[in-house]
Amino acid sequence: MTKSEVHTPGRQLLSGNEAIALAARHAGVALGSGYPGTPSTEILENFARYGGRAQWSPNEKTALEVCIGVAYGGARALATMKHVGLNVAADPLFTVAYTGVTGALVVISADDPGMASSQNEQDNRRYAVAAGLPMLEPSDSQEAYDFFGQAIEISERWRIPVLFRVTTRVCHSKSVVQPVAGSAAAPKPEFVRDVRGRVMIPAYARQAHRRLRAKLAEIAAWNETGPLNREHPGDPGLGVITSGVNYLHVRDAAPEARVLKLGMTHPLPLERIRAFAASVRRCFVLEEGDPYLVEALRAAGMAVEGKAEMYRYGEFDVARVRRILAGDTTPEAAPAPGKPPQLCDACAYRQVFGALHKLQAIVAGDIGCYTLGALAPFEAMDTCVCMGASLGVGLGLRHVLPPEQRKRVVSIIGDSTFVHSGINGLVEMVYNPPPDGHVLIILDNSTTAMTGHQEHPGTGRTLEHQATGRVVFEDLARSLGVKRVHVVEPRVGSDDFERLLVDSLASGELAVIIVRRPCILIAKQLKEYERQQTEQECDCSCATA
Amino acid sequence: MRDGVTNVVIAGLGGQGVLKASDILADAVFRAGHDVKKAEVHGMSQRGGSVNTDIRYGRKVYSPMISRGEADFLVVLAADQLEHNRSYLRPGGVLVEPGMVDASRLTNKRSINVALLGLLSRQLDLPESCWLEALAANLPAALLEANREAFELGRTGAHG
Ligand SMILES: Cc1ncc(C[n+]2csc(CCOP(=O)(O)OP(=O)(O)O)c2C)c(N)n1
Repeated sequence: MTKSEVHTPGRQLLSGNEAIALAARHAGVALGSGYPGTPSTEILENFARYGGRAQWSPNEKTALEVCIGVAYGGARALATMKHVGLNVAADPLFTVAYTGVTGALVVISADDPGMASSQNEQDNRRYAVAAGLPMLEPSDSQEAYDFFGQAIEISERWRIPVLFRVTTRVCHSKSVVQPVAGSAAAPKPEFVRDVRGRVMIPAYARQAHRRLRAKLAEIAAWNETGPLNREHPGDPGLGVITSGVNYLHVRDAAPEARVLKLGMTHPLPLERIRAFAASVRRCFVLEEGDPYLVEALRAAGMAVEGKAEMYRYGEFDVARVRRILAGDTTPEAAPAPGKPPQLCDACAYRQVFGALHKLQAIVAGDIGCYTLGALAPFEAMDTCVCMGASLGVGLGLRHVLPPEQRKRVVSIIGDSTFVHSGINGLVEMVYNPPPDGHVLIILDNSTTAMTGHQEHPGTGRTLEHQATGRVVFEDLARSLGVKRVHVVEPRVGSDDFERLLVDSLASGELAVIIVRRPCILIAKQLKEYERQQTEQECDCSCATA
Repeated sequence: MRDGVTNVVIAGLGGQGVLKASDILADAVFRAGHDVKKAEVHGMSQRGGSVNTDIRYGRKVYSPMISRGEADFLVVLAADQLEHNRSYLRPGGVLVEPGMVDASRLTNKRSINVALLGLLSRQLDLPESCWLEALAANLPAALLEANREAFELGRTGAHG
């Protein structure tokens, strides 16, 4: 990627992710950090392309913590992650809500209703309520751009982190954006000591919690007349309250309806909504996922209609919104299945899953391309819960299963996933070893393939593919005290891996097998990065000579 | 075409250039001054699974997605992807499929996506200059010439 100039005021066709990245650049965000995850990944990649300082962290928790430091230091920070990533980052999230920030902190939660590429369809609007954070929900790329600027302003005005909730269709849809030329200068970073405000021991945290609630009350009052909510005038026969991309669906599905489009969905502008509800004869709350809005409005005493329970599942489109508004609860036609994805023909993992299948291993799996090993013809994965879970789940199985079964249990994890949250599991394995040992297989393809080939600490290259420190898995495992650590390259026609696996399972000890071969889809690029690196190294040595 | 909005669905398999074709089309209509929205699902697309994108353009476009039965045009890059996508077409909608171009005349077989765009372009009221600019803006220089030819092949309707 070549860096392009920041000042691009013309009309552009951008994805929501590109629009957020451009807005972050225009807003003077000092650092963006995150962990890849569909549909959020391209935000940081584009932020870097626009010339911003962007980095991948080992996981979402670390990314958010880095961003908290940036915002404590008085600068503007952007943390990006997919919806399940916010689970990982939830611990710092809940308490930074108490401490607040000095600069600005915007946390992007990219939700995936319908699970185009996720293991669940949790609705992260609940996090705004649970943590007590203002939440913005843009509906298209222009709003993604505009709202981001607003999020920075809100964060700085109230010294509070802002949750910026987008969904797959906002992130990955392209639409026309008119950027605003020139934005306010970014603040100068400076450390100002504030022990009571920043050190959350109980005595200080009790006060901080009260401060947070006071801020939220102010923001709620501001939101009553604030610029983020809009009303589309229409026939009072049907009023629709909605947010995000659903606003666009409803404009097509019911063009005559009066619509209240909420841009800030926490804290809610309840009086504004009440007035809207009173202005229409039928008031319908249109939302994907959980009944978050409808429950909040009913709890506030509004008699509003909500969707039938069957529409909790999956994402909306115009046809579904028509059905929902019509109260149609007849079964929906299941779309004809397309072709599912599969492991590439030349993928080195095929050999690994072939061996696991043959040995009838009980496989505690993890998330990545290699989860496709669960499908035919291999069917060589028995569990997949969340990133990093392969270790803990495998160990738990080992602890309780009868010997003839537990001796066949292995944990299998990708390289990026291992760094993300598998290292903790390896520590657990060393600390609480099962009676017959355990076998961990790390599939090291030198990239985060699943989400589109991002770097991670195990590759030794930064987000922009520059050389940096590298975590060496075999060294790490040995330093933790694992005696049987093997690195093997899966070559066509070789049975090295299978033999290692058989030995390791039979040993009754702890073993780590690192299966190392670059993903074939990026083999060429990797060579190019390596060439660039050697060139640069050569440059330095020449300079000192 | 409902309310002056044109709906085009492009479908195929991961790695076939579905997303690239949709970027080119969206860019061409954008250059022609239309409001445009494009929706797609990334993710596992590189692993050979089915990939769809929706492109909608006109004076004012709201939803980025096209529901089944509402596509004016369906462009399918792989013959075996036709069946489960056919229901996107509205009655009277137009199908563009790989059998309609003579693939043996392509310099680079991978340009079938662009050849089918050429075919589609015959039916859309867009200045040719917008198409050519969109091709140049969305393809690496080394592949541009082969793709221009592919586009021409589709556009002039040379069927072998
Ligand atoms: C908490 C969380 N963050 C991000 C993701 C998205 N995600 C799924 S798997 C994966 C990493 C895959 O990389 P790797 O483990 O190296 O396996 P590969 O795809 O390369 O085989 C990511 C980022 C997720 N599912 N959960």
